This record gives sequence, C-alpha cells and structure tokens, in this order.
Amino acid sequence: MSLEALVTILGMAAVTFAIRAGGLLLADRLPRTGFVASWMKHLPGAVLASLVAPAVANGGPAEAIAAAATLGLYVATRNLFVAMVGGVLAVYVARLLLGG
Amino acid sequence: MTSRAASAPHTGNAFFLGMRMFVPVAISIVAYGLVWGVLAGQAGLSAWEVLVMSGLVFAGASQFVALESWIPGDLPVLSIVITTAIVNLRMLLMTATLRPLTTHLPRWKALASVYLVADENWAMTMGEVAKGRGTVGFLVGSGVCSWIAWVGSTLVGRLLGSVIEDPTKYGLDFAFTATFIALLLGMWKGRGDLVPWIVAALVAIVSVRLIPGNWYIIIGGLAGSLAGAMADTMRRREEATDVA
Repeated sequence: MSLEALVTILGMAAVTFAIRAGGLLLADRLPRTGFVASWMKHLPGAVLASLVAPAVANGGPAEAIAAAATLGLYVATRNLFVAMVGGVLAVYVARLLLGG
Repeated sequence: MTSRAASAPHTGNAFFLGMRMFVPVAISIVAYGLVWGVLAGQAGLSAWEVLVMSGLVFAGASQFVALESWIPGDLPVLSIVITTAIVNLRMLLMTATLRPLTTHLPRWKALASVYLVADENWAMTMGEVAKGRGTVGFLVGSGVCSWIAWVGSTLVGRLLGSVIEDPTKYGLDFAFTATFIALLLGMWKGRGDLVPWIVAALVAIVSVRLIPGNWYIIIGGLAGSLAGAMADTMRRREEATDVA
C-alpha cells in the first residue's frame, strides 16, 4: 500500500468516525428540525447529483442513451446491480452502433 | 412466554436477533459491495487498500464518491477527505438519535457501538425503537452483520475485478456513472429532492468547466443541499401561514 493511499484512507476514516462520535456526544445540542438538519439531509443526494450531471452532460450520445437506460432499469427494478450491468451493456452496444 | 417477551431482551439475545434480522438487508449490501470492489480495482486500489478502507471507513456512499477522484500517484488527499466528510455529515443526525440507547454504557462502549452505524442498520434499529424494543445490542448485532457483508463483498469484488484487463473496451468505464445514477435514484424521498438535485447538477456542470480538479463535486453538493434546505424552510413557512 502506498503512503498517500494510507494517509487518504486514514483521513477518511478519522473524519467519518469523528462525525459518528460527534452526533452521539453532541446529541442534545444538535438541531433535529429546521434549516441545518434539512441541509445535512440533502447533502448526500446533492453530492451524487453533482457527480453524475457533468459525466452525462460532457459525454457523447452513447453515454446519454446509456444514462437513460440506467435510469429506466433502476426505476423498473429498484436494483442497483441490474441498473449498473444494464447501463454498461447499453453504452457498449451504443458505442458499437454509433461508432463512438 | 408472554412475561418473557414483555421483559427487556438480554443484550446477548438482542445482538443475535439484530444479526439475524439484518441478513436480508446484508444480501443487498453484498451486491452493492461487489460493484464497489470492481470499481475500486478500476480506480487503481490494491486489495489491501480495499480491505483497510472498507474496514475503517465503513461508509458506502462516501467510498463510491472517493473512487471518482482516486488517481494513484497523485491522490488529491484533502479534496477526498473533505468530500468524505460532506457525504457522511448526515450521520451526525443519525447517531444523535441513538444517544438515549447508550446512556447506561461507559463512554468508550457507546463510542465503539456508533462506529458500526450505517444507513441500513441505523434505520432498522430505529424501527425497533419505534416498537419499544430497540437496544444497543440490536444495533451492534446488525452493525457487525453489515460490516462483515461490506468488507467481505468489497474484497471479493476487487479480486474478481482484477480479471478484467481493459475496462473501456467493454464499456465498463461507464459503470461509475451508471452506479451513481442508481444510487442517486435510490435516495429519492419525494418532490423535496427536486430542487437540491437540479441546483447541484447545474452548479456542477458549470464549475467543472471553470475550476480544475474535483472541487466541482463539493461546490455542486454544497450549493444543491443549501438550495434544498432553503426550499424546505420556505415551504414550512408557507404551511405555517396557511394554518394561521
């Protein structure tokens, strides 16, 4: 294992544990409702949306078709694995057909 | 029998009950973990790095996001750690709700038990609390089951993934985007998610062109979540005035 990988992983582990411990220790002082609570609840979805959007927007037509296929498959099956495999197959076929 | 069922469960029994009840959820975690392991191999993580990260960080969504920025030899350490904190900040609210279960424990035991808190076992424990029988034993039992499923499946995924040589040839480079789309859709809780997701997407698309590196993830995530919180606050005010 490289040193930079070890430092990164230990950093990730430290902040994540600090958050888990922080919630327990600061329980009485944390807002359960209101702006801050609502902000924290929206964070993971917003981070994922900002990951996905540029990848789809800056990809070609093959990626756009595959993104739509992934979306449709997930909505239909509610299964992460099926959606991922279907998305990969869709991009493979679309690239073959479109010559991308 | 009724008197025994009505009394508070013994910690050991609650531990094994938590483990047993968690098994169906653990199976879906295994599928998700296999995917992460394969993607981790593509991103250049070694099997040891997978083992240490899954074991110590033990937070799926943030581990998926970290892979997106993982460039071996030139790791953006600070940006990955900050992004991890942002994705996992919601856990602050989750472990806060577990405080009443741990008040009888010494502090180190309470801290050790929240180390195992993840979305799924937290939700299941809170479900038990709602029925009046949630305990730390249940939390830790379901947490241990979840930890074994996650660490085991990510390692197996990493080892299986190394068989594939050129990922782009089979469209496997798209697996990241496909997984993120599915993870995002899985987080949908209702129309309140529309504003934060659209704002995050638009801000990320603009900032990826203006700012080098992976900061667009953090910028888009912060902008979207703040917009979502503002929209929620405005909606609550409207509801309050409607009632008044």
